[in-house]
Amino acid sequence: MQFMLLFSRQGKLRLQKWYVPLSDKEKKKITRELVQTVLARKPKMCSFLEWRDLKIVYKRYASLYFCCAIEDQDNELITLEIIHRYVELLDKYFGSVCELDIIFNFEKAYFILDEFLLGGEVQETSKKNVLKAIEQADLLQENQNEDWGGLSDDIL
Amino acid sequence: MVLPSLKLPELIQEIRGAKTQAQEREVIQKECAHIRAAFREGDAPQRHRQLAKLLYVHMLGYPAHFGQMECLKLIASPRFTDKRVGYLGAMLLLDERQDAHLLITNSIKNDLSQGTQPVQGLALCTLSTMGSAEMCRDLANEVERLLLRPSPYIRKKAVLAAVHMIRKVPELSDIFLPPCTQLLRERHHGILIGTITLITELCERSPAALPHFRQVVPQLVQILRILVMSGYSAEHSVAGISDPFLQVKILRLLRILGRNHEESSEAMNDMLAQVATNTDTSRNAGNAVLYETVLTIVDIPSASGLRVLAVNILGRFLLNSDKNIRYVALTSLLQLVQSDHSAVQRHRPTVVECLKDPDASLSRRALELSLALVNSSNIRSMTQELQGFLESCPADLRADCASGILLAAERFAPTKRWHIDTIMQVLTTAGAHVRDDAVANLTQLIGGAEELHAYSVCQLYNALAADISQQPLVQVAAWCIGEYGDLLLSGSCEEAEPLQVQEEEVLTLLEKVLQSHLSLPATRGYALTALMKLSTRIQGDNNRIRQIVSIYGSCLDIELQQRAVEYNALFRKYDHMRPAILEKMPLVEHGGPQDDEAGEGKEEPWNPNRESQSPTKTPTANLLDLLDLLNGASGDAQPPPALDLTPGGSLLHLLDLPSTTPSLAPIPGLKVFDREGLQINLSFVRPPEIPALLLITATASNTSKSDVTHFVCQAAVPKSFQLQLQIPSGDTVPAQGGPPITQVLRVLNPNKAPLRMRLKLTYNHFGQSVQEIFEVKDFPPDTWQ
Repeated sequence: MQFMLLFSRQGKLRLQKWYVPLSDKEKKKITRELVQTVLARKPKMCSFLEWRDLKIVYKRYASLYFCCAIEDQDNELITLEIIHRYVELLDKYFGSVCELDIIFNFEKAYFILDEFLLGGEVQETSKKNVLKAIEQADLLQENQNEDWGGLSDDIL
Repeated sequence: MVLPSLKLPELIQEIRGAKTQAQEREVIQKECAHIRAAFREGDAPQRHRQLAKLLYVHMLGYPAHFGQMECLKLIASPRFTDKRVGYLGAMLLLDERQDAHLLITNSIKNDLSQGTQPVQGLALCTLSTMGSAEMCRDLANEVERLLLRPSPYIRKKAVLAAVHMIRKVPELSDIFLPPCTQLLRERHHGILIGTITLITELCERSPAALPHFRQVVPQLVQILRILVMSGYSAEHSVAGISDPFLQVKILRLLRILGRNHEESSEAMNDMLAQVATNTDTSRNAGNAVLYETVLTIVDIPSASGLRVLAVNILGRFLLNSDKNIRYVALTSLLQLVQSDHSAVQRHRPTVVECLKDPDASLSRRALELSLALVNSSNIRSMTQELQGFLESCPADLRADCASGILLAAERFAPTKRWHIDTIMQVLTTAGAHVRDDAVANLTQLIGGAEELHAYSVCQLYNALAADISQQPLVQVAAWCIGEYGDLLLSGSCEEAEPLQVQEEEVLTLLEKVLQSHLSLPATRGYALTALMKLSTRIQGDNNRIRQIVSIYGSCLDIELQQRAVEYNALFRKYDHMRPAILEKMPLVEHGGPQDDEAGEGKEEPWNPNRESQSPTKTPTANLLDLLDLLNGASGDAQPPPALDLTPGGSLLHLLDLPSTTPSLAPIPGLKVFDREGLQINLSFVRPPEIPALLLITATASNTSKSDVTHFVCQAAVPKSFQLQLQIPSGDTVPAQGGPPITQVLRVLNPNKAPLRMRLKLTYNHFGQSVQEIFEVKDFPPDTWQ
């Protein structure tokens, strides 16, 4: 995967994860163009489109568009599954996730993504394991904040 | 500080509350000022909060570069909270182009070697997201060590970090290749999927790794088997499929290893067949696995039965109600249409159905695939379907569809008439979108199908009468009506319904085309020339045509003006040549050179074709010579050439046709002598190359009962002339209309003086010798003017 973008129906960016090195200017340009292209799609159209030399896989969940850019040899259908898995993780974590959760807790959205994908590839296929890792990290953060004693090292 | 610094949630609220862009900017600028101040003050406990705010603002598109150093400080902090936000900041704000990014290498190194697992996780994640080549080189050994740590949490991340490192620094493959075999024995799905990704990356980058990893094909097959056979696992199942993510990765690696390698392919054939037949296809997860399986089967040298199975799976996908599945099916079938043509052909009806899909990306794929599936046996039905599609398809597909149909028609047309009909239909439906050479192709096609001339012109006339807006169609129709107007008017078409067309109707239609603002200049040219050609094809008078032609003599368009002026000249001065010039076109050679003749214009396929042996060509070629002379003589075609009419009012015959056939000579002959059955007749020819020359042929004929013998003719002319007598054909004219004597006299009359001649005849007739001297005075004016 080259990048993943989350944006609202008004085109506001809610999360951007880039797995390829690009300048800020280039990222902005790509984001702007892609958001426009995807928002212009009619509801009944299929989830795949060709854009520049990439394949774009997108899906709308409530008011948020999840949009991934994959390479020519990647499997579009499994990318849809990847997107769905991520939404499930968010849902489990936030409890019936909605766009506001992602707006006000954007760092958490990133942390969850980083436990599921690494360098653009799937690192953990077990939902349980991903959520456990986040939980432990959250606990660690809390404990440190409250000046508790060190927690055990092992997460899994 | 005027206003206290906001907490992150408050900041977000305020930004969202802003009613205008300007208001939002104000809030953000104020807050950024606080953040900058806080960074300067070096408030350690709050630093992560400030950075978090900055990261939010950055996502909205505002500059945040002043936070880069803070990321470094946070990463270096011992607190987990700080590190979490710091590393996130590094991934968002630092990339390889920033000089600062190298500074975190040390922190990452420390965290990798000494940190707790969560911290190591953060470090590995950051490295895999934004690690530059230099960083990767520096940290490769650390990552390698982590591959062997007991914790799966760390190992699965380390493996994917290695993938990133190899992408950045391919030489590092050497370090990361050896551990793979062992890692493959793991049971942890996270480690497995990471390892398979790593092996895939190694094989794709270096073909030398392929033989090494082909050895693990049996192992991979085994892992796949366990997955497929295993029952439901709460942890890894998605819609009844065991870990589809892992299955897809394995299948892709098998594809790479099996490509061009018989042995490996054989080892995986059974498993592929099993996955292909047993995977549940009711949900997307299953279809994703099936799709990857199909891709693998067709890319490796698999058994033909398996290949057919794969194509059939794609065919089933085409019937799936899920658009996405139909899309990937069409894409894959398009790639297979060359290699497995007959297998794909079986699904042609379904593909054609997909043309009707409202989704543009699907119908585009369906169009490409349909065009690839056309062959000689299905050409008629496929063309019908494609024509139907052409009528309703979105604008951006029209050009491709139209040219696709025309190409297919050219390759597989069963009959010429079908071909002409098809092209006509395409031009009617999508005329504006066809390629430029469609007009030329169609005229050539029609020109070559002589038996279809009448049919073509009738059809085209009808089409033109219905609609004059489709330019290519109008151009072809105009050309045809011009060429075959006589066939159109005679209503001689047997193949279609008999058509009664009046001359006036045809002229009106062409005039309409000429005047319409829809017509391109080229189209107008066609129409004008067609009108001109009709002047020789119609029975009625030419007044209307002459009117039109003369009007356009002052048209602003230079091309039309030139044509009109030339045609005008044809009417006025060279009317006798008009029929020959406007004769039907000889058959144009396909792809032969198209010469421009006498400025007739680019679109007119006049083809002198000097190499051709057809006897009708000679007068044409000569006529074209005459035309050259015509243009040469009249200089610029722009101002109409001055007409000099003789006072007598008859048309001046400046040029005459060469006398290959004497009947063409327009100058009347003269009988100069008639006595007792012996007649002398003079006939005259003025060769065009030499205006001052007159060739007289004297013919002596004998209708009497007695022969004429020892016949000698002598002639004399006034001093301003030059006379040359050529040898007579004989000196005897036998009785009763025997073969006459002919003799040619050449007279040069440079001054164009009235011709006078004295003749002296000596001969024997009826047993007596005769001598006669007389003057010939009443020569026809054409002989000397």
